[in-house]
Amino acid sequence: MSPTSRLPVRTPTQQETHGRRDRSITDQDANAINRVEELSYDLKVHEVMTANMQIATPDMPLSAVLEILRINHISGVPVVKDNQLTGILSLEDIVRAMQKNELSAPVSQYMTSKLITVASYDPIVGAMQKFSDSRLGRLPVVDEDHRLVGMITKGDITRGILVALQKDYKEEEVRRYRASHLFEDIVSDRTTLVLRYNIKAHDFTHGGNASSHIKRALLRLGADPQTARRCGIAVYEAEINLIIHTTNGGILKLEVESHRITMSTTDDGPGIPDINQVLQAGYSTATEQVREMGFGAGMGLVNIKRCVDKMDIESTVGKGTKLVMRIYVPTENFNGRKDEKPNEPPTDHRQS
Amino acid sequence: MNLQQIIDNLNLTLLTEPRDFTSIKPEGGYTSDLLSCVMAGAKSNYLWITLQAHLNIVAVAALLEVPAIIITENARPDAATIAKANEQGITLLSTPSPTYEIDGKLWEMGIHTQE
Repeated sequence: MSPTSRLPVRTPTQQETHGRRDRSITDQDANAINRVEELSYDLKVHEVMTANMQIATPDMPLSAVLEILRINHISGVPVVKDNQLTGILSLEDIVRAMQKNELSAPVSQYMTSKLITVASYDPIVGAMQKFSDSRLGRLPVVDEDHRLVGMITKGDITRGILVALQKDYKEEEVRRYRASHLFEDIVSDRTTLVLRYNIKAHDFTHGGNASSHIKRALLRLGADPQTARRCGIAVYEAEINLIIHTTNGGILKLEVESHRITMSTTDDGPGIPDINQVLQAGYSTATEQVREMGFGAGMGLVNIKRCVDKMDIESTVGKGTKLVMRIYVPTENFNGRKDEKPNEPPTDHRQS
Repeated sequence: MNLQQIIDNLNLTLLTEPRDFTSIKPEGGYTSDLLSCVMAGAKSNYLWITLQAHLNIVAVAALLEVPAIIITENARPDAATIAKANEQGITLLSTPSPTYEIDGKLWEMGIHTQE
């Protein structure tokens, strides 16, 4: 299976371009769309429908259709004549006929010919809409020439979405597997993977984004959950420090080697006058406004120290600050095997 | 005690998308409005009880693998925060009660901290 294979690219039909995709979507809209909603536009009816369905003809007796329904455990069939869809017959129609003792009557007499159909190239959201408007349980699917090509039920839609989600999950697994073999597959005397993130000053809206990307990258690379968590916390505090305190933002850098992870931040000011002071728990120079958001507890560097094996900070007032944090990882972390027993979390030194 | 029972017992308002809360079983809780303290004190699968309702609480919860945040005293996160929480799979719950009451009730319900 190719993990990157996508649905075949096709020019959208007139109908599709009238849909939601045509409207410009803001970043906020895009954030609010979840994967299932996305899939309901990406998946097309023909991908989830049942193509090999039972059919009836208009001149068949109802008793024969009842037999088809019974044998196949279905509750309705499309009625087709000369390749054209002419109606749909459901169990309810047969019940009506039974009440009048007319099971030998032809299908055409009891079928519903006022049809609600869906087009095979419609996104499944179109079918979902028709299900909820019509309260029908199954809808015939037709092609451009109104020929019957399948049937779709709500169950088909649910199944289609689940299969697509399962595929997403597998793709993530494959990505993770590939990344975790990076250090095995690429041979050098010393392999280092470097990730850089530009952090803007005072950009609280994106605060923590780089850290969550870093944590995910480490997990994909095969870091054990505890190591990824320690790095995530340390790098979050460092990222937030760049956002709160720097004049022009700074650069957050992650260097992954097979035996250690180095995280660093560099900025060009304002610099720290007294490093010992900022290392004290509770000391903060954050403004009142920043504190109201819950930052500026004076715990940032203390937290970092607690999470990493080695922390160095160098600063010159007027020139800038460089913070280097290092975590040594067990060798089994980055060679494709998962660490079975994560390390105990480091103890909290706040009280000491 | 699962999250669904907690939501029902405390009459919490769900701000994010519904999910299967019966499968989420919090193993403890942490209360603070200072994000760095939460970073230090909250463990994964803890509940976080706070007055803070701005965007950055989601990043903190996601990094810590905190499944749900109970936002007290009717502090309401904005749409961007709720969207981000949905994206990251973090549940946001709201209550008019003050933090102290929520903490007390959670403790009574048997949600204690892990030692």
